[in-house]
Amino acid sequence: MEEKISVELQNITFGYSRDVTNIDNISFRVQQGEYLALIGHNGSGKSTIARLITGLLLQRSGDIKIFGEIMTDDNVLKLRKDIGIIFQNPDNQFIGSTVRDDIAFGLENDCVPEDQMESIVEEYSSKVGMSNFLDKEPTNLSGGQKQRVAIAGTLARHPKILIMDESTSMLDPKGKREILNLIHKIKEEDPLLTIISITHDIQEAYNSDHVIVISNGTKMLDGTPDEVFADSQKLIDMKLDIPFFKKLNIEFDDNDLSKFKSNSLESLVAKLCR
Amino acid sequence: MSIKLTDVSYTYSQKTPFAFEALKHVSLNIKDHSFLALIGETGSGKSTLVQHLNGLLLPTSGEVQINNYILSIENGKRKYIDITKVQKKKYRKKQFDIRDLRKYAGLVFQFPEYQLFEETVLKDISFGPKNFGATDEEAEKMAKEAIQLVGLDETYLSRSPFELSGGEKRRVAIAGIIALNPSVLILDEPTAGLDPQGEREMMELFKNIYDSGKSIILVTHNMDIVLKYVEEVIVMKDGQLLAQTTPLKLFQDEKFLVNTAIEPPFVFKVAKELMDNGLKIELESIKDIPSLVKEIKRVEHE
Repeated sequence: MEEKISVELQNITFGYSRDVTNIDNISFRVQQGEYLALIGHNGSGKSTIARLITGLLLQRSGDIKIFGEIMTDDNVLKLRKDIGIIFQNPDNQFIGSTVRDDIAFGLENDCVPEDQMESIVEEYSSKVGMSNFLDKEPTNLSGGQKQRVAIAGTLARHPKILIMDESTSMLDPKGKREILNLIHKIKEEDPLLTIISITHDIQEAYNSDHVIVISNGTKMLDGTPDEVFADSQKLIDMKLDIPFFKKLNIEFDDNDLSKFKSNSLESLVAKLCR
Repeated sequence: MSIKLTDVSYTYSQKTPFAFEALKHVSLNIKDHSFLALIGETGSGKSTLVQHLNGLLLPTSGEVQINNYILSIENGKRKYIDITKVQKKKYRKKQFDIRDLRKYAGLVFQFPEYQLFEETVLKDISFGPKNFGATDEEAEKMAKEAIQLVGLDETYLSRSPFELSGGEKRRVAIAGIIALNPSVLILDEPTAGLDPQGEREMMELFKNIYDSGKSIILVTHNMDIVLKYVEEVIVMKDGQLLAQTTPLKLFQDEKFLVNTAIEPPFVFKVAKELMDNGLKIELESIKDIPSLVKEIKRVEHE
């Protein structure tokens, strides 16, 4: 079977005002079913790219294709139905007066019959661990709980492309793991779901299928995690984090202790503890 | 003086079907010149707790004392008592102006960048000082000092806050509180969403403020920050205070960590594994990767 491209950017340039260029001639392809990690420093243009893909912003030049179809004014609403986006701050995406209403809001827009709605709401709220909160007011939830509700509301609409714009950055480590596990579980159930995750979590990027690094509005690196993380210094120069043992090894080198360089805890223990 | 909470409980939407008790009988002491982290799962009451520290929320029951300011609710009425006025007896009115407390304890919310609203960065930072009675010139001077403290230069002052990046906006929002020169700076997840360099710079800024004699109280999920910077930790769970301890003691208490689902920083786990396997490093020296390598080097030379 021929591999489908779910999202393609062709020479995209964009600026928030006429005299600035925030995205400078970026092109890339995302395969259907891929887990793409989009990384880069604050202000690099990651979130702008997410907004361009969803048609919330209009590029100055270049084309965006969703499943091969070039996005235009006429088809943007249709194409957007396939895309779910979860923003950084859950407060900006709450509508319902209870958690239940909020998850149901998107379903109402999609004209899901009311008798099916309840079971869908129950299913997705329990998937994100919020089924005990269905009658609570969203304003009284903590930031992390709100984000889980937002994720449930988006997933309930079965998007083909799910964009997560730093959507785990407000969760505690346990909540974050739960959400990442949840996303992986949903991906296992639906292998054709494309995920574009904008993240600072280097471990998440390391576990993805495809990593793109953006710096100052240009694409710097594009490849598998192994290819992208091979050159640690380059990533550090772009204000990014690198995996723990790569950091440790650089520090060993700087201290004339290169003999202790290791790639795992076991090998470090073996070298240091006789 | 210090911060003292006595049997503080707080219920959101009291007397409605949505009533939710977010804090349950919390008592604690925070000494002057503290660098303290509040940790705990989402929904554990951390944000509710910090909003009591500058009088934004008043306890449903119990009493909050911040320096000389005592806050409570009595018979449904807010009660602000200035303890120095009580002691000196010469004051007929013992109340204080809530703004005095807000100047003493500055609170920076989660995602403060969403609260920027003025046309220019200068206007946004000076808004607080002006509200507290500073003249235009004084406010501008405070804004100039504050913008440099947060690592931006004066050219930012004439720009619109809305054209800045997320990280820059965050700094401007924090500058707005720093401009008030509070004795206690309280920050709710100040580094969430920042890139690694931004996070480091932000924490160095707070460390400098702490070193200048002020207190820093921050809510965080980042255990690397807890290990590297803070001196004291408060652990919250389900609205209750579980522990007030040091990072070193916290990360060594394996039973407690399992019960509270707290994961120690990876660098600490590595150090502990090395120590358990016979390497004679001192755990209290381990703050981050460079200090771990330094300890290894020291042991190596002995």
